[in-house]
Amino acid sequence: MTAPAAQARSVTKRFARGAAPALDAVSLIVATGQITGLVGPDGAGKTTLIRVLAGLLRPESGEVEALGAAPGVRAEDVGYMPQRFGLYEDLSVLQNLNLYAELRGLPPAEHAATFERLMHFTDLKRFQNRPAGKLSGGMKQKLGLACALVRTPRLLLLDEPSVGVDPVSRRELWSMVGALVGEGIGVLWSTAYLDEAERCASVCLLNEGKVLFSGPPVDLTARVAGRVQRLDDFDGGSRARLSELLARPDITDATIHGRSLILVTARDAPPLDPTSLGAGPRARLSPAAPRFEDGFVDILDRKSSGTSALAATYAEAPRGGGPAIEAKALTKRFGDFTAAEDITLNVAPGEIFGLLGPNGAGKSTTFKMLCGLLTPTSGSGAVAGRGFAEAGPAARARLGYMAQKFSLYGDLSVAQNLAFFAGAYGLVGARARDRSRELVEIFDLHRYLPVNAGTLPLGYKQRLALACAVMHEPPVLFLDEPTSGVDPIIRREFWSHINGLVERGVAVLVTTHFMEEAEYCDRIALVYRARVIATGAPDELRAQAARNTGRTDPTMEDAFVALIEAADRAREATDLAA
Amino acid sequence: MALVSPRAFGRLLAIIVKELRATLRDPRSRITLIVPPILQLFLFGMATTLEVKHFNVGILDNAGGKASTEFVQRLAGSPNVGRIVRLASPAQLRSEIESEGIIAAVVIDPRFDRDVAAGRPASLGVILDGRRSNAAQIVAGYIGVIAGSVGLEARSAPVMMGSVVRNAFNPNLDYVWFTLPSLIMMVGAVSALTVTAQSVARERELGTYEQLLVSPLRTHEILIGKMAPPLIAGLFNGTVYLLVAQIVFGVPFAGSLPLFYLTLVIYLLSLMGVGMLVSTLAATQQQAFLGVFLVTVPSVMLSGYAGPVDNMPPWLQTLSLADPCRHYLVIVDGLFLKAMPWEALWPSVMPLIIIGAVTLSAASWLFRARKE
Repeated sequence: MTAPAAQARSVTKRFARGAAPALDAVSLIVATGQITGLVGPDGAGKTTLIRVLAGLLRPESGEVEALGAAPGVRAEDVGYMPQRFGLYEDLSVLQNLNLYAELRGLPPAEHAATFERLMHFTDLKRFQNRPAGKLSGGMKQKLGLACALVRTPRLLLLDEPSVGVDPVSRRELWSMVGALVGEGIGVLWSTAYLDEAERCASVCLLNEGKVLFSGPPVDLTARVAGRVQRLDDFDGGSRARLSELLARPDITDATIHGRSLILVTARDAPPLDPTSLGAGPRARLSPAAPRFEDGFVDILDRKSSGTSALAATYAEAPRGGGPAIEAKALTKRFGDFTAAEDITLNVAPGEIFGLLGPNGAGKSTTFKMLCGLLTPTSGSGAVAGRGFAEAGPAARARLGYMAQKFSLYGDLSVAQNLAFFAGAYGLVGARARDRSRELVEIFDLHRYLPVNAGTLPLGYKQRLALACAVMHEPPVLFLDEPTSGVDPIIRREFWSHINGLVERGVAVLVTTHFMEEAEYCDRIALVYRARVIATGAPDELRAQAARNTGRTDPTMEDAFVALIEAADRAREATDLAA
Repeated sequence: MALVSPRAFGRLLAIIVKELRATLRDPRSRITLIVPPILQLFLFGMATTLEVKHFNVGILDNAGGKASTEFVQRLAGSPNVGRIVRLASPAQLRSEIESEGIIAAVVIDPRFDRDVAAGRPASLGVILDGRRSNAAQIVAGYIGVIAGSVGLEARSAPVMMGSVVRNAFNPNLDYVWFTLPSLIMMVGAVSALTVTAQSVARERELGTYEQLLVSPLRTHEILIGKMAPPLIAGLFNGTVYLLVAQIVFGVPFAGSLPLFYLTLVIYLLSLMGVGMLVSTLAATQQQAFLGVFLVTVPSVMLSGYAGPVDNMPPWLQTLSLADPCRHYLVIVDGLFLKAMPWEALWPSVMPLIIIGAVTLSAASWLFRARKE
């Protein structure tokens, strides 16, 4: 057996005396010639571990080795791609490559040939004179990779290379890195996307600084082998059914998958009997392939309740009387750049509507126009029955907004954040106090009341963000990538609240490029190159992709990629015709 | 609808409390508010002065009589003079000036004693180091005063002795009397501009800005909330300075307290308007910081603190009309030393109100416009 490219033995690292360790006795082996996945939610310690391996951080205790020496010693043979790619945005593609070549001590004679090879590899030759800051997310990431590869490394450390990148670019990146592995390079790939773990030869699953699992991903999914089943053709809505099934002790986990439910049964439970589920006479169960995420949830051994105390007391939102969110031919131009064009969509009360699309495709622009942060260049729309033109503060009082990355006031305590949002939404006196107390109860925030919001554990940050967004019981909720990077239990908890609210008539608009989040939507609009290229239920989009590609049972991501490729082909065809 | 509904009041209160907490709980902005003003108080109060002290004067005494000896002794006895250098020849005078051993040399004419005794106008030659023109001029003034006193006392009958200067409002020309009131202007400008300019930019950077914009808070409510911390900090600093100036530095405050606070609030509002304008234009805290730097330095330079506004070229004088610091410097000096009444203050207060109204309206318009 060859020596590993890098390894860590029981590494501990704390950033402040007495703080919870960012890494707690973590051991990891990065073997040569394969991709090792470093998987875990945000704040798990992935970046810290990678920086330790790159020699940028000194661990408190434990042993670290990279290419058979202390980290940093063989720096010329280590390729490191930090988060945000480490590019110089004002320099062109070629200048970035040149800079990294000089920094990494590549002999000048080899520059031209190396750049040629890397630009061919990453398909960036056409853009070689474009400033890095003007590249799309996917292209930036490829350039970041090229810079890390400027001297062919023997160890490649990639810190969340796929974060915020659309599935099409993500696939290209995986195949590029796959090609490198063939040359005997040891790759460490960190990610918060659990579906990526399944593509790795070996995985180290981190959570809160601790290793939960280490080994080939199939070993993790094997934990739940035979316990994952798919329920189809049941009576009633999937959200109500989900919450009912989660109440059963023999079911440890359940998720919505289009019109189906994926159930995981308890370890020693007898096989499920479809008739006992109370899901109607036509309900049928079939075995389903376990996913990495199912294994993760099984290890975490916490169960989300599936019922929402938030929804139980929430004001019933008015149904009937037209859509809750309406967009008619919305267009937004910035100078001669069209960010969104002719966007038309309706969201009914009690519906979850997803905006899905690559970065820069226009989904954020659309989202911002709908919640009043941007004024459309043309077109009209309404939220909760009030048009944009007359909208103003009264309309804003009817919507709740939860931004990406929990934008709360980090220097304010939990109690102060709640007090501010109560006041901002016009809750006064006893009503403000009662509502805050109620939310503290629902989200179990008691012991954190005096704590600064910025230092909360991720799960509680998210709870607080949701609490602030629903302070005034709005009938319309806008969620911007609400659960990217959180662990699957936190995500399930979050969505069980949203599901509960939707059952009470709340309309939800959510942007995401996270496939698991997309599954929770009733309908999805796929936004690509400023336009909506497809709208439909997740199952419909999957069926459409199946027809286009001939694949059976495509995943949401397959559907996404297929629809985008179809749109590109259609565009090329019209371009040729013109 | 009532002018202020309970909800509107609740919103306003919520944002004011939030802004105060956000400012005071953030260790960095707490330091920005407290440390630089105190530091500046002592730096400016003690280090910067236009008085010239401990300078050396050369004497080329060609007379050597009663009056000239008296003059030299008085010169040596002056608390401002460091050392008297006896010069033997014009050549030595030249070399002492060149080597900066002395800043000025007094050449006493052989007829000096006789002229003084006879009651004729007596003259002294004073040679100054023109490289240090400012200090040299002040030294010339001191020498003139001492020479005058010798002449006055040498004679029983009053004679024409040129002009005798008496400084109104600051009889001893104590520089601290001018520095400390001006400091209220300067520190007010620095802290109000910095704190205001950072506030919106910080929210934009933290991502909480959009959260504010989608809430039912009105633009003016957000702006009022943003102005609370710099206003309170400015009033606090102003009070500290008012007390320290009188207690520690012995600068008398001759004017009216209510007018002091009223004009301070108006001054702070005009500064916050400028700061808010910078803040709405800046995308990051770094840009806001640079923007503040760009505004603060010229504002203080044009205020008349560094050199009289009347000495500036006309176009700069016109430009300085838009500078809140210029107007407030007149007000604060006037209040401290001259007990200026409201009628005299008004011509300086009015421009502040105009500057504040224009910048605050522009900022709130931009604030809305930046939503696009």
